[in-house]
Amino acid sequence: MFVEYFYYLKERLPVSITEYMTLMEALEKGLIHNMVEFYYISRSILCKNEHHFDIYDISFVNFFKDASLKFPGEIKQEIWDWLQKDINPPELPDGFQEFLNQHFDLEELQKHFEELLKKQDEEHNFGDQWIGTQGFSQFGNSGQNPMGMRVGGSSGMRMAIQIAQKRIFADYRKDIVLDTRQIKVALKRLKKLEEIGKQDELNMDKTIDETARNGGDIELIFEKKRKNNVKLILLMDVGGSMTPYAHLVNLLFSAANNMSHWKDFKFYYFHNCVYDQLYFNAQRNSDEAIDFDDLLRKYDNKYKVVVVGDAAMASWELTERYGSIYYYHRNEMPGIYYIREIANHFKNNVVWLNPELIRLEWVPWTRKIISSLIPMFNLTIEGIEEAMNYLRNSGKNQFTTVQRLKGLNY
Amino acid sequence: MSNSGFDQFQGDVNTERIKYIADPQLKNIVNVSIALARPLIVKGEPGTGKTLLSHAIAESLGKRLIIWNVKSTTEAIDGCYMYDTVQRLNDSRFGSDDRNVNNIKDYITLGPLGEAFDSEEQVVLLIDEVDKADIEFPNDLLQELDVMEFYVKETKEFVKAKTRPIVIITSNNEKELPDAFLRRCVFHWIEFPSKEFMADICNLHYPNLKQNLLDQCLKNFYALRAITKLRKMPSTSELLDWIGVLLKSGISIDELKNGIPFLGVLLKKEKDLEIALEKIKFPT
Repeated sequence: MFVEYFYYLKERLPVSITEYMTLMEALEKGLIHNMVEFYYISRSILCKNEHHFDIYDISFVNFFKDASLKFPGEIKQEIWDWLQKDINPPELPDGFQEFLNQHFDLEELQKHFEELLKKQDEEHNFGDQWIGTQGFSQFGNSGQNPMGMRVGGSSGMRMAIQIAQKRIFADYRKDIVLDTRQIKVALKRLKKLEEIGKQDELNMDKTIDETARNGGDIELIFEKKRKNNVKLILLMDVGGSMTPYAHLVNLLFSAANNMSHWKDFKFYYFHNCVYDQLYFNAQRNSDEAIDFDDLLRKYDNKYKVVVVGDAAMASWELTERYGSIYYYHRNEMPGIYYIREIANHFKNNVVWLNPELIRLEWVPWTRKIISSLIPMFNLTIEGIEEAMNYLRNSGKNQFTTVQRLKGLNY
Repeated sequence: MSNSGFDQFQGDVNTERIKYIADPQLKNIVNVSIALARPLIVKGEPGTGKTLLSHAIAESLGKRLIIWNVKSTTEAIDGCYMYDTVQRLNDSRFGSDDRNVNNIKDYITLGPLGEAFDSEEQVVLLIDEVDKADIEFPNDLLQELDVMEFYVKETKEFVKAKTRPIVIITSNNEKELPDAFLRRCVFHWIEFPSKEFMADICNLHYPNLKQNLLDQCLKNFYALRAITKLRKMPSTSELLDWIGVLLKSGISIDELKNGIPFLGVLLKKEKDLEIALEKIKFPT
């Protein structure tokens, strides 16, 4: 059963065999006494990132709610093994052993447990309830009650499932955007260390060499520090269909802008599609703008470019001369020309972040076209991380949220 | 199989120096990580007592606590040992009374990790804010934490742990930790305390606090935390400070009902103060 559980998780979360062995060790050492503890301890051992807790919760519920149907014999044995382990005098609170001796003996307990289990098995045909909704109540199982803990091997399962079902970590999921701090952490992935700045770092090896050469008179050698040498340009789509995402784009902008991480940070605005001008501010006055050609001239392909936009527009905005959404704006070249120019100029150093989560069911035509030219990621923590990894390694992809949620009913 | 093989962390610590309560899950995980001899990584909102936990464990188990504060420039080797080349160079030129230039060992001092390994008794080792250092830092510690030994290349000797220390690592999420490192650890996320648990915590720190005053404080505090727009949520440690200030100033419960005095103790950002004043309406 645990092996199945492990593989079930492995389809959704990055769990490794080392961690599985650790969990087995914990079970072996008798550190887990009931399902609630199993829930917490296996989470601690298998799941090393609070962003994954929610997926762990969902998986836990999905796996264990029908576990009794899938593995009735095995599960019984395993739960029983735990119960036996439980009768472990050093762990019991004072006076509890006497209480136990008075009220139950091991065999009776086992018999009763098996009876219940049998009864429940029969009743499974009529409902999807887990063992021990009624039967176990006579033992008075609440989480803290030692009695309940003990016999609650399976009713603890229900409690554990209830805890998991609360999904209190839903907020921590990476595909849900939270705050600028998290965005900053995600953006920090984009890093390229190079020696820049003043010579203010002591190089020990060279100092020793020089000192030796100097006949023992200490000669200190200083060198330049290694600093991040990434230069970033942020191009943001504002207005129109982007209005609902204004807050999100703002967060991204303030995160990127507040970071001392970049060697250089530039930002420009556009509306729907990039044309012959890019604007300095969100109001988009043509007096405060840079010509597209100047932009390419000014910034070489050492700059990393992040475009933010929903890439959803009328097809002519992308394909037609004078197709811009503004009647008075006469673009001599169709929008697609400018998109392609950006892709060609910056090569592997440009990504597109899309706040409208990318779904398979509905893809606007223009988005299909644009994402074939510029790699597109969701504007979520996870998407930003992937995009930054892409920029850093020129396109190496990883496990995505979409894959993790595969086959779950959420 | 019994649990007597390792010391049990009780969760509640109430001494002169340290006042701490761990929730049952945390207590359990601490004991599991001790039993499994794996380092425990603790994450959580700032101010939820991540660092204090190690102090509490050390206090509860009666063990010595060794703290390794990680900084942005810290390297793994710093924790193991330091070889003072400059001092040795200097001594070779000018001589020294208490150090022998020909003996490298005189110029090697153990770092916090080395000290923990070298201790005769088991110690609690806190590696604080592991994410502050370079992204590769945790990877450089893999071998040391796994096998509990390191090699001093200057003396060609191994420093091996006499007893395996209890290792607690805290992280503030500034950088993600490498998978290989995480795989060897047990992980716990400290959840923000519920109102009931928070009342217990406050009572531990201020045993003489009147119940109705505490209730009002918590009411105001959780109302503040409910404002989602705040950039930095007030945390447990700030709440405790705030109650301390309130007690010192001898404020009455009516004043608390009509506003939040000393709001600056709870909120540290100017913008947050503005938002909070705007959002929280009190009867006048």
